[in-house]
Amino acid sequence: MSTVAFFAIAIFTLAAALAAASFSKLIHAALCLALAFIGIAAFYFSLGAEFVGLAQVFIYVGAVAVLIVFTILLTRRESDAPVQFKWSGAVVALAVFAGLIWAIFKSPLPGGAAPAVAPLTVKQIGESLMTSYVWPLQCVGLLLTGALIGAVVLVMDEKP
Amino acid sequence: MNDLAMATTPTLTHFLVISAALFSIGLLAALSRRHAIYILIGVEMLLAAANLNFIAFWRYGAPSPQPTGVMIALFSIAIAAAEAAVGLALVIAVYRHYRTTNVDQFTSMKG
Amino acid sequence: MSGRFLDQIFISTKQLLLSFFSGAPNWVLQLISSLINIAALLGVFLSLFALISVLERKILGRIQNRYGPNRVGPFGLFQPVADGIKMLIKEDIVPLRADKVVHFLAPIMMVVPAILALGVIPYGRNMTAFSIDGGILFFFAVGSATELAVFMAGWGSNNKFSMLGAMRAIAQMVSYELPLIVTILPVVMIVGSLSPDAIVAAQGAYWHGIVPRWFVFTPWGATAFILFFVSGLVESNRTPFDVPEGESEIVAGHMTEYSGFKYATFFMAEYFGMFAISGLAVTLFLGGWQAPFGFLQWIPSYAWFFAKLCLLLFVFIWIRGTLPRTRVDQVMNFAWKFMLPMAFACIIAAAVWHYQGHGLRGWLWSAAVIAAVYFALSYFLESRKRFAPRTYRFAE
Repeated sequence: MSTVAFFAIAIFTLAAALAAASFSKLIHAALCLALAFIGIAAFYFSLGAEFVGLAQVFIYVGAVAVLIVFTILLTRRESDAPVQFKWSGAVVALAVFAGLIWAIFKSPLPGGAAPAVAPLTVKQIGESLMTSYVWPLQCVGLLLTGALIGAVVLVMDEKP
Repeated sequence: MNDLAMATTPTLTHFLVISAALFSIGLLAALSRRHAIYILIGVEMLLAAANLNFIAFWRYGAPSPQPTGVMIALFSIAIAAAEAAVGLALVIAVYRHYRTTNVDQFTSMKG
Repeated sequence: MSGRFLDQIFISTKQLLLSFFSGAPNWVLQLISSLINIAALLGVFLSLFALISVLERKILGRIQNRYGPNRVGPFGLFQPVADGIKMLIKEDIVPLRADKVVHFLAPIMMVVPAILALGVIPYGRNMTAFSIDGGILFFFAVGSATELAVFMAGWGSNNKFSMLGAMRAIAQMVSYELPLIVTILPVVMIVGSLSPDAIVAAQGAYWHGIVPRWFVFTPWGATAFILFFVSGLVESNRTPFDVPEGESEIVAGHMTEYSGFKYATFFMAEYFGMFAISGLAVTLFLGGWQAPFGFLQWIPSYAWFFAKLCLLLFVFIWIRGTLPRTRVDQVMNFAWKFMLPMAFACIIAAAVWHYQGHGLRGWLWSAAVIAAVYFALSYFLESRKRFAPRTYRFAE
C-alpha cells in the first residue's frame, strides 16, 4: 500500500488518540476517541481486512462511542470540576512504550512489503465462522446476551 | 523520489510501532485520569490497539488456511463492545449511589 | 441494440471522458473515475432533493385539501430556488455559550454519512458508484455514525430542549437499528452475499417470463419489507415517528439552535437519509433496477430504479400526511416487543422457504410461520387495560 496514505492515516490516528487522552473536557475526548477508531478502521482497510474495518466502524463508532457519550451525559455534575491529571500515569505509559519499542526492534520480524494475498471475502469469513470457529461464535452470543441482560439489570430503576 | 517511496513502504515494524504507540496512549488515558469514564476510554483504546496488532500479523505473516488473525480481531471487537456496555452500566449505577465519578472516592471497601 | 445503448449511456459517457486521460498513470485514472462517479451522484441527488422538497409540500397540501406552494414558477416548481436563497442569506446564529467546534461539525457529520451510504446502491446495470464486497455492511456502518452527529447537535447547542430532543432521537434511532438490520438478514442469507450487485442479480429471473422473482413477493420478503420500511421511517425521523423534531413536542429538538445554512444542511441530511433507505429497500426487496415484467426490459434500468424510488418516496410522504404522531414510549414498545420478534420470525421463515424449495410449498410453509408468530405476538402483547368505569359527579 502507498506510503503517503499510511503516514497520513498514522498521523491522523495518533493525533486523535493523543487528543482523546489529553483533552480536559470529557465530551471532546470521547468524540476524538471516535475519530481514532475511524483511523484504525482505515488501517484495517489498507491491510486488506475490509470486513473487520466495517465491523470496527459499525460497533466501535456506532455503538461504543454512542454509549460513552450517553453515559457522560447521564453522569454530569452541574459544576464540572476540572479533571485532575496524574503525571505518574504518563511516566508509566512512556516506560511501557519504550519497552514495547525495544521488544519490537529486538525480535526477528519478517521485513519487506506485505505479501500479496487475495482479499478476504465475507463469504470466507462466514464459512470459517460456521465451521472452525462455531464454538467461539456461540460463546460470544451467550456473552453478549449476558452483557445485555446484565447492563439492563444494573441500571434498572428498582421498584420499591 | 521513487526510491524514497520504495524505501519507506510500510513494513510490519511500522504497524507494530503504531500499535505500540496507540497502546501506550490508551494506557496514558487509563492511568492518569481519575474520572471513571476516562479510564474506560483508555481501556477501549488499549483493546483497539491490540486488534491492530493481530490484523498486522495476520497480513504480514505466513499464509494459513484459516484467517485466524481476523477471527481473533472480530471476536475481540464483540467482547470489547460487551465490556463497554457493562462497564458503563456500572459507572451509571455507581454514580447513582455516590453522586460522583471520581474513582478516588469509591473507598467504602477500603481498609 | 438500442435497448442496451440507452441503458449504458452513462457508462459510455464516462468511458468517453476517461479516454481523454488515457496517458495518465493508473492512480490518476482511478481518481478521475471516482470523481466522475461522485459528481454524478451528487448532481442527481441534489436535484432529486430539490424536486422532492417541493413535491412533498404539494402532495401534503393536496392530501390536506389545499394547494401546495404554487407561486414560484410553473406549479410552484421553482420553490426550492427560493428556499435555497432564503436559507443562504439568513443570519447564522450560534448561541453564546455553545460549544463552537461541536456545534459547527454536527450538521456536516450528519450529511456525510448519508451521502456515503448513497454510494453503494446500484442505480442501474453496472452503475454502482462504489462496488464493495461488504456493501450492505458499509451502508449500515456509516448510517450508525448519524447517531453521534445527532448527539453532537443536541449537546453543542447548550440548550436543555436540544439535549432532550437529541436523547429521544438517539434512543429512537438506536432501538430501530436492530429491526432494520435483522430484517435484511433473510435477504443476505438467501442470496449468500453482502454485495448489493449480487442481491439485485439474484432477483433477476422471471416466473414463466412474466412475474418477477423479487423478494417482496415471498411471505418473508413482504414482511421484511414492511418492517424495513417502518424502521426506515423511524431512522429518518419522519412522521409518525418524528417526536424528536415535531414542533409541538420539543421545539425543533436537536436542530433548535441552528439557523440558515446549517438548518438547510440538517434538512438535506434527513432527505438524503430517506433516499438512502428507499434506495436500499428497492435494492433488497423490489429487485433494484430490474424491470417488473419480462417484456418491459427495453426501458433503461436506471429509469426503473428511479421509478421505484419515487414510488417509495411517495409512500413516505403519503404516510406523513395521513398518520398522527406516536408517543415516544409507544415507539419504543413497538420496536422491542413487536418488530424485533417479527424480524427474527422472518429469518426463520426465509430458511423454511429456502429448504422447502422456492415454490408453492415453501411459500405456504413460510407464510404459516409468519402468521403463527404474528398471531402469537398479537395475543401476548394485547394489553389487558380497560378503561375505568366512568364516574359522574353532579353539583348538588
